[in-house]
Amino acid sequence: MAISTETPPTVAAVGRQRAGSPWTGLGAVALKELADHLSSVRMQLLEGLMFLVALGTVYSAIQNLRTTVAEDPFLFLKLFTVAQEPLPYSFVAFLGFLIPLTAIALGFDAVNGEHNRRTLSRVLAQPIYRDALLFGKFLAALGTIALVVLALWLLVTGLGIFRLGVVPGGEEVARGLLYVAATVAYAGIWLALAQLCSVTFRQPATSALAAIAVWLFFAIFWDIIAGIIASVLRPPLDPFSELAHAQWRLWLSRLSPNTLYAEVVVTLLNPEVRALGPVLITQLERALLGAPLPLGQSLLLSWPQFTGLIAAMVLIFAATYVQFQRQEVRA
Amino acid sequence: MSTLPRPAPVIETRGLSKRYGETVAVDHLDLAVHAGEVFGMLGPNGSGKTTTILMLLGLTEPTAGEARVLGHDPVREPLEVKRRVGYMPDSVGFYDELTGRENLRYTARLNGLPRAEGEARIAEVLERMGITDVADRPVATYSRGMRQRLGLADVLLKRPQVAILDEPTIGLDPEAALEFLGLIRGLRADGITILLSSHLLHQVQAVCDRVGLFHRGRMVLEGRVEELSARVLGGAYRVRLAADGPDLEGVLAQVPGVVRVRREGPGRYLLEAQRDCRAEAARRAVAAGAQLLELSLEQLGLDEVYARYFEEARDGHQH
Repeated sequence: MAISTETPPTVAAVGRQRAGSPWTGLGAVALKELADHLSSVRMQLLEGLMFLVALGTVYSAIQNLRTTVAEDPFLFLKLFTVAQEPLPYSFVAFLGFLIPLTAIALGFDAVNGEHNRRTLSRVLAQPIYRDALLFGKFLAALGTIALVVLALWLLVTGLGIFRLGVVPGGEEVARGLLYVAATVAYAGIWLALAQLCSVTFRQPATSALAAIAVWLFFAIFWDIIAGIIASVLRPPLDPFSELAHAQWRLWLSRLSPNTLYAEVVVTLLNPEVRALGPVLITQLERALLGAPLPLGQSLLLSWPQFTGLIAAMVLIFAATYVQFQRQEVRA
Repeated sequence: MSTLPRPAPVIETRGLSKRYGETVAVDHLDLAVHAGEVFGMLGPNGSGKTTTILMLLGLTEPTAGEARVLGHDPVREPLEVKRRVGYMPDSVGFYDELTGRENLRYTARLNGLPRAEGEARIAEVLERMGITDVADRPVATYSRGMRQRLGLADVLLKRPQVAILDEPTIGLDPEAALEFLGLIRGLRADGITILLSSHLLHQVQAVCDRVGLFHRGRMVLEGRVEELSARVLGGAYRVRLAADGPDLEGVLAQVPGVVRVRREGPGRYLLEAQRDCRAEAARRAVAAGAQLLELSLEQLGLDEVYARYFEEARDGHQH
């Protein structure tokens, strides 16, 4: 009879640790996904939309700014933040709206798409861990978004140089790059959320709707709800409770990535902003109102929000990871 | 037993079990597949074949028991296992918008093959599967048979020592299925050990060296096809007889060696016998005044083995 020459199982002695690196195949997955994203019609449509918006908003901002070129030390930051008729929003506001949509569009069918195409088990039967598949997809989508945002920033800056005839200063460039970084982190949150939905829901349509619903909730309703909760907890009756109310409200609304992102952007692109939240009159004593903060101080001011964005991204990705690891592969 | 020590089995499981809550998908499976053989895991849908395969590849963790594939534990060293084992899932899927060649290129990269080596192997497996001429068309345009061939090409790309094929003939017409089984049989010549699963017992029994019959998560029978039919059917013969004229049921039951007579329709009878009793049955039928229309000895396949085994198991429970 066949007698196995194997040593008897000594599971306890060896431990249940898995052998091999979780990064095996990460590059292959990321490159394939990146190629897919960059050539997909979905992404090309969104890119077209974003470039149109960028051109439109920046062009109209330039019309406005040309009259005040000499007066403003941070002209290039104004390019992003100034809204001018007939467009109702600035470049930053438009992008804050389009970025979550793009991130959701790139992530909502990440895992369930593989399931439905029945490619998941075939890919996972190659010598890679699931880690590589999920993380590779995340990196590729985030890389795509970073590429687009960076291109937009360069486009806007180039347009500014061309039309305004001024060269951006070092601090403006640094603030611009930090803005790009914050935008990518913000996109990462929605991307991680979309991937979480793609692991949770088998139908891509359900997954997309769920992700968009969460985004709408934070974009529209959360501020209202935060106000209501704050009013219930700390009804604004006198100056003291009014302050408490405002602080509660702000604190609650900061649970939303939209608020965090808006605060980071406003701090980075408006050097005059020196505080986020209620400021007491006593705190304004001897303050130089309207004087710009140096970059380091602006960064310090928005640092909690910045780390909050990244932390939220990491947390949601971790949740996705745990759920994906426990999921059955079979269709 | 033989004095030559046989090498350790390529695939071995001991008490392998998988439960999903209350449901038992695989129940204490002891399986051994040896190098160079074609082993068929046969049984109806939901009998635990795919779950077993997923556990062998480390894609699902067993609830209890353990498995060894080429000496590696799929739970702890899935990458080592997956580097050496090719897997074709049932109804294998590809990225439809990519061409067949691009799909294979992705697999080659996932296996860490250098570019030149990958391209050479891709050309080789495409040629071998006979799909070189469609290799640069998007997979969306492929027929079912071409997809299946691309699936096998995908398996061969990593030059596996073991190929695990889950329901390889599902969805193929009989001719394409036979052709595909021929391709699978061809892999055996390369020394690839093959584990294949199917619910189409009669279709795959010809390519398998050994089969295991699955039922509700257990492997209830295991061995060579002839062995199994001898063991379960007791070397049984089945004779089909059609005749016009008087009722023959009583007459045929008297034929020596006949165990049972079943009426299959007007003038059609099925005899189960311990030996080939065609001559005697014909003689008696004609003597009884009937006009013999048809007389045939039926080859018994795995379907009968399977059906009979459970018939007996059920009867055994009742008595």
